[in-house]
Order: sequence, then C-alpha cells, then structure tokens
Amino acid sequence: MIDRLAQQTLLDPAGLGESELSALLGTTFGHGIDGGDCYFQFSSQEGWSLEDGIVKSASFNIERGVGIRVVRGEQTGFAYSDDIAMPAMLEAAKTARSIASAGQSGRIAVASRASSRPALYAPDNPLDSLGEQAKIDLLKEVDAVARAEDSRVTQVMCSLAGVHEVVLVLNARGEMTTDVRPLVRLNVQVIVEQGGRRESGTSGGGGRHGYQYFREDGRAAGYAREAVRQALVNLDARDAPAGSMKVVLGPGWPGILLHEAIGHGLEGDFNRKGTSAFSGRIGEQVAAKGITIVDDGTLEGRRGSLNVDDEGNPTQQTVLIEDGVLRGYMQDEMNARLMGTQSTGNGRRESYARLPMPRMTNTYMLGGDADPEEILASVDDGLYAVNFGGGQVDITSGKFVFSASEAYRVEKGKVTYPVKGATLIGNGPDVLTRVSMIGNDMKLDSGVGTCGKEGQGVPVGVGQPTLRIDGMTVGGTQAA
Amino acid sequence: MSTSPERAIPEPVSQEDGVQALSHSPDSLQTRVQRTLEAARARGASDVQAVVSHSVGLELGVRKGEIETLEHERDQSLSLIVYFGQSKGAASTTDFSDQALIDTVEAACRIARYTEPDPYAGMPDPAFKASEWDDLDLDHPWGCSAAEATELARTIEAAGFAADERIENSEGASVSTRRAIAFLGDSQGFMGGYRSTRHSLSCALVARDAAGMQRDYAYSVARHAGDLTAAEQVGREAAERTVRRLGGRKLSTRNCPVLFAPEMARTLIGSFTRAIAGPSQYRESSFLLNAIGENVFPGWMQIEERPQTPRALGSAPFDGEGVRTRNRPLIADGVLQSYTLDSYAARRLGLEATGNAGGARNVTVAPGDKDFAALLAEMGTGFLVTELIGQGVNPVTGDYSRGAAGFWVENGELQYPVEEITIAGNLKDMFQRMAAVGTDVDRRGNIHTGSILVESMMVAGD
Repeated sequence: MIDRLAQQTLLDPAGLGESELSALLGTTFGHGIDGGDCYFQFSSQEGWSLEDGIVKSASFNIERGVGIRVVRGEQTGFAYSDDIAMPAMLEAAKTARSIASAGQSGRIAVASRASSRPALYAPDNPLDSLGEQAKIDLLKEVDAVARAEDSRVTQVMCSLAGVHEVVLVLNARGEMTTDVRPLVRLNVQVIVEQGGRRESGTSGGGGRHGYQYFREDGRAAGYAREAVRQALVNLDARDAPAGSMKVVLGPGWPGILLHEAIGHGLEGDFNRKGTSAFSGRIGEQVAAKGITIVDDGTLEGRRGSLNVDDEGNPTQQTVLIEDGVLRGYMQDEMNARLMGTQSTGNGRRESYARLPMPRMTNTYMLGGDADPEEILASVDDGLYAVNFGGGQVDITSGKFVFSASEAYRVEKGKVTYPVKGATLIGNGPDVLTRVSMIGNDMKLDSGVGTCGKEGQGVPVGVGQPTLRIDGMTVGGTQAA
Repeated sequence: MSTSPERAIPEPVSQEDGVQALSHSPDSLQTRVQRTLEAARARGASDVQAVVSHSVGLELGVRKGEIETLEHERDQSLSLIVYFGQSKGAASTTDFSDQALIDTVEAACRIARYTEPDPYAGMPDPAFKASEWDDLDLDHPWGCSAAEATELARTIEAAGFAADERIENSEGASVSTRRAIAFLGDSQGFMGGYRSTRHSLSCALVARDAAGMQRDYAYSVARHAGDLTAAEQVGREAAERTVRRLGGRKLSTRNCPVLFAPEMARTLIGSFTRAIAGPSQYRESSFLLNAIGENVFPGWMQIEERPQTPRALGSAPFDGEGVRTRNRPLIADGVLQSYTLDSYAARRLGLEATGNAGGARNVTVAPGDKDFAALLAEMGTGFLVTELIGQGVNPVTGDYSRGAAGFWVENGELQYPVEEITIAGNLKDMFQRMAAVGTDVDRRGNIHTGSILVESMMVAGD
C-alpha cells in the first residue's frame, strides 16, 4: 500500500506525479541497466539530554533528499540531491547513469507494490507522541530514580532521542514502495564513586514505538536502576583473567557475539566477492549441533525491524545456521542477482546520501533446553559475561572481538566475584563449534544496537540464550 | 543582528577557479548565515550562532580492474544554536529553502523555551574570538575527472596485484576528492569561513595461503593532490601489508613489551586527548581527572596541539565557536599543561577556553631519535602491534583490553605474524611505561605520532 503521508511528504511538494516519475525512470534506467532505484527520504529527529539534574540542551534535525542509483552488472553509479525537484533529480540521474553508455529518453510505468502483511509498527510520528514538557519530565524521573538508588551515584547523564522517517522507493522496474518508520531510544549513564574509585554503568533501550513505550512496564526507571547496578558491581571488580578459558555468556545483548562472529561474514557482498571467511561454505557444519541462528526483520516493534528494506523488498526471517549447518546468506538485490538468488530483504542504507548494502536486521540464536543455573553449575573454572560494550570483526580472517562491561569469575560452579571489563577474541568460523550448552532462556536485547559498515550506521537487534563456550581467549591482565 | 563594521571581516575565500567548483558561492552562504542570525534575533533570541556548510566530492572505486562504484557527493547543511538568556536550543537542516530556514530557526527557539537555564551556557568571551587569521593553505582543488580517477584507481590496484602472486582477490582501490566550504557567524559580530580540500587514495587486498585468507589495506590522504603517495606505491604497500599477515599464529599468554606501529600509536594518544577534553573532565568521567600539573607521561614526553600548521589535515584558523586556535603544549616534560576546552567547558571548570570547540587539532607527539628499526632493536623481544580491533577502552578507569594482530619480534627482527590475541593494561600505567617514540611519524590524521614502545603489557592468547 502506498502511504498517502509518504506521497504528501516527498512527492507532492515538488509536484511529482505519475507522469513525472515515469519520465524520470525512463531517463534513468531502461536498456542496458540491471537495476537501481530512486530513494526518496524525509527524516526529522530530535534529542533531549539531561546532565547535572537539568535538561540543558536539545536538538532538532530535518533531512530531506533523494538518492539515485544505477546498477549495471557489478557496477554502481550514484548521485543524490538535497533538493527533491525534477531538474535536480534529472541532473543526479544523468550523473548516476554515467557508468552506462548512451542516455535514455523512454518512460517506465509506475506501479505501487502492495504489502500483504500487517505493519510491524505504527506510522505515527514519535516526536509528537509526548509533549515537550513530558519528555523533560521523563528524563528527570530517570535522573531521580538513579540518584535515589544509591548515594554513591555522582553523575547521571541521560538522553531521549526520536526519529520519524518517511521513505519512498521507486525501483528501476517502476515498482513503488513506501514505509513510515518510527524509532525511539532512551539511554542512561551513571558514574559512581567510592573511596576515590570511579566506575560507570550504562543502560537503555528502545524500538519502533512512540515515547510512551518508556512509560510502560516501568522501563525508564528500570534502565536507571540497571545502570546504577552495573556501575556498583564494577566498583568491586578485580582484574580480569588473561588466557583461554570456558566462557558462559548471558542471554540477550551478548548476542553481539553472533552479529560479529557469524552475521557480518554471511552478508551477501563479502560472499559474492569471496572475501568472507565463510565464502563457499554453505552446507558445512560451522557450529555445534543444536545451534540455529536467524536474521529476522519481521519482529513487531523491534529496533532492527522493517516493513520493507531500503530497496522496497519485504523483510523476512532468514535462516543463517540450522542445527549447526550453514544455510544461507543475507542479500540485497544486486548481490542476489550476481549470485543467482533472491533478495532476502536485507538491503539497507543509512540515508538517501549513501548506497544500500546487505545488512543485518535482528540476528539471534534460538533457545535450547539447558537451565541457565545448570550451565553455570557445570563450569569448574571460567568467566561469566553478562554485559558488553561493542564488538568488531575482520570479515576476511574471521577474527572477531567483543568487549565485556560486566563479567564475573566462575569457580567450582559458583559465580564468585566481579572482574573488570575485558575483550574476548575468537575466530568466527569455529567459535560456535565450541558451544557445549544452550540455555532455554532466549532473550532479545533491549533495543540499543547500531551496526557500522563502511561508515554507515543502521539500527539492529541481537539476541541469544545463555551459552557455554568451551575455550575463548579472555583479554584480562592477570595470568590465569 | 548585524555584523559590526568595526570588526574586520577576514579576507574572504579566494574566487572560484572553476576546478572542483562548489555549488554555493561564499557570498550566498554568508548571506544565509546572516539571515539565520536575523531570524533568530527577530524571534527573541538573546544570542545566536549559525554555521552553513557545503561540500562537493567524487568517490570512485575500481575492483578487479573495472569500475565498481562511482559516487557523486553534494552536501549542504545549516545548523544553529540559540540562547534565550541561559536556555539553549539547537536545530539543523539539509534543506536550503527559505521555508526550511525559518522552520529550523523556529525549532531551535521552541526547544530553548523548554530547556532549563544552565548558568554556564552562552557564547564565548569575545576577547578570545579570532579577528584575523593566516591562510592555512587548506584549499587545493584537484581537477580529477571520473575518467582520470578510474585510471588512477586501476593503477593502484594493478600495482597491488603485481606485487605478489599470493594476492588473489581485491576489495578494490578507490580515489576520492572532496572540497568543502563553511561559514560561521554569531550575534556578537563574528563571521568567518574558509574552504578546504581533502583527497585520498586507498586500496584493500586479499591474499590466500593454505591456512586461509588475510586482508589489509593502505591509504594516502592529503589536502593537496601533489602530497599524495604515488598510486603504485599505495597498491604495493597494500599488497605487502596483506601478504605479511599470512600464516598468523596465536601467542601463549605472557607479559612482554609492545611496540605500537604509528597508526596504532595514534589510538593511544587519542585516548589521552579524549581524557583531557572538557566534557570528560566536568563529567568526572576521565582516568586523567584533575591531572593538570601531574606527570602523566615519562619526563621526556612532549605533546603539542598545532591547529595552525599549514596544509595539515586537522588545521583550522578558529574553532567551532569562532575562538582563535593556537599552537600550544599539552604535555611538557611529561607533565599535563592544559585541557582542551570549548567555552562551555571552560566556564564549568573555571578556566579559559582553549579553542577546542570541535576537538583537539593536529595533536603532535615529539619524535625521539630512533627510527622504526632502531625501536624494534630497542624492544629486542616483544610484540609489534599493527592492528587493533574492538572498543575495549574504559574512559573512566583507563582499563584497556583490545583485540590485536601484528608480529612477534626477537632480537629486533620480525619472526612471524600474530593474530587472535588481546593486549591489556591500564592507560595510566601504559603512559608511564612508554619507553620511546619513533621518528616514523604518521601525519595522515588529526594525531601525528611515530611508533610508541610500551615496556610491558599482558598479552592473552592460548
């Protein structure tokens, strides 16, 4: 269904009707061109931040533009304009088309692409979902909860951010798709101090909702308490161990393990080019039996979810690994075409000014049958890591890291004491072969992830159950 | 609001020369700044600051000899900060229509009605503003057409493939060129702007042996195309860096000296500059809290900020608030001399603004007297780190733990490549244990340093 709002926001102000679009497509694509699109986007975003107990700054940003991409074989020509108007678009189209030979003058008929499934989020503008004073009150409440939680809290910084994004994709075949995407985020960071030692804790969440999401189920206050809890744990943290050991990962956000170790390596572009450590390994056992990992852009309201991707294709659940066997890659249109397969609805871009690529949505491992308590009890000597900062991967060598921000020593089946944050390092294609127990507590993260690739950031989700991995290198400072 | 006639408007940027022409003239951008300032004052703002920027660019990528991507870039943005007394609002837009200008000003004003007064909010002290400045030689348009860029990128990649037969794949070679112009104006009468350019060549290659694949890259970046490394050299360097990683092994867990290659040493100095930045100090979230006058590094260490260096990538005549920048010491004989402060942070800390709205510029570590080979010899046996991955640096405590790749060194000679290990320590301690800085200074960024030898760190592996 073509959203009226998208047309009103993106096409009507420039007087772009079916006839103009048909001519634009005819000029841009046609003979000798394999694909591409005109990607119209409007986004308004705001951010409110609290520090020293007061909301002292806020910002509001509007972006509007159109990106024109022409694809021929493995080649892409691209130009964009901040000005959605016929002359600027024709100029951009000419530039983008310069990878191909002669110009075009035909017309391509425009047809709306109908969606057969219910929307994953409401098309409402989240910036309007609360009044300005109510946004400030929400941040003040978070501040008050954090400060009341413990007298050792010395600083509280929190921020509330919302994005309202309207996109309209008109592809080289004349198919038109629209999507209206809300995204909200609340973040809390606290500093605690005790006897001259300072530690920090961070928490937050969000998704494709209005701001009232933070009022429901006590979420906002929960983030505040969680940030304080983490910071206080770290006040008692001892030096982390160094060396290879058994690692138990908690459920939820530690799923960035999957994002780094497996996910990026299964993106279609790297595999088409043969530069991924997973290239040509479909059908091979790359994880322990019992492990199934999917990328799923169809989860209602999640941060990584999309009704359609940025090429206008419906998102889907794509099985990446099934019972330990590598099953599939995540594809955008160009890489799918070149590899002789179909898009999996993973073509994403940061904005109209950047090119789409195969990107993850929500990537998670399905739950197993082990009781998390039983998993911890089974470890004689190891590390239990429950919270992480970020991660990174070298796609080609497969080496990846992710950095723990809350971790504990496990001795004789018991969690004994907290240790300082440490980076964990491993090799993507074999780390999951060492998973020996899979918890029954699969959980998705709270909606905080942003994935970076070639300088483009897009919101993503991750998730997993509690896992036991028999042998990962833990980068602490104390020889084990 | 108006620009006071007494205050000399600095020499406007030179006339368009047709090469890499910008779509907006300096006059039209200045006018847009003025109109923004006026619109905000008309809506009751007691002070206002506006920035209008614009850039054009070309990025061309070649892979396996064929054009892979041809991207034309044309960006513009208007951003402003308004003050209503001590309350502040900010807004920005990429839309240059008249209506968008008004909408953006009104959005900033609306926000300022809701934000709470902050006693430290406000404009910089006019006494610190730049009133005139030298041409820092930052604008060197490069008349590189898409066809010429294609040939250049092909040359880079071909040199990479030719350098070693183990190079079997490529992520491509690219040529990019960008020219930007920005004007900053405020209600105190400041108006300044300048053009700048940035050009780069890069190449990423993949090599394979029986043990698997490795990827690495090389690049060159400069304000002036004539300062770029030769295309063939970029390709060969990418090949050498890639091939030498083949056959990487883990190390066993151990304590040993670590030599950070210049591009990695830069990240250590980056952690230092972050720790002495205003917000890290007033938020008490720095491992170098209240450290002015303290011995942060060994007594031989000298670090300066040099924002006035002609042609350098980090140079700027004035900062993001119009405060003049100046070359000044950050570390003298190992002792911290100053934080890097914008006017807000300065007021919070009861200090003077240092021209660091937008960060520290051209942070320069004074090299010692040893070149890279001599540093390897000084280390004798230890780990040379050439790549770091992950974010494992805690800015509050200085705890440091990152994934690393590089080479094991014995008797000052590279023995074999190393991968899948971590190096860990605490930055306060690592700074104290720095033993030397090399003469192999890397100037391809905002931090200029040679290799840095750290006496001892924990390496975690098997």
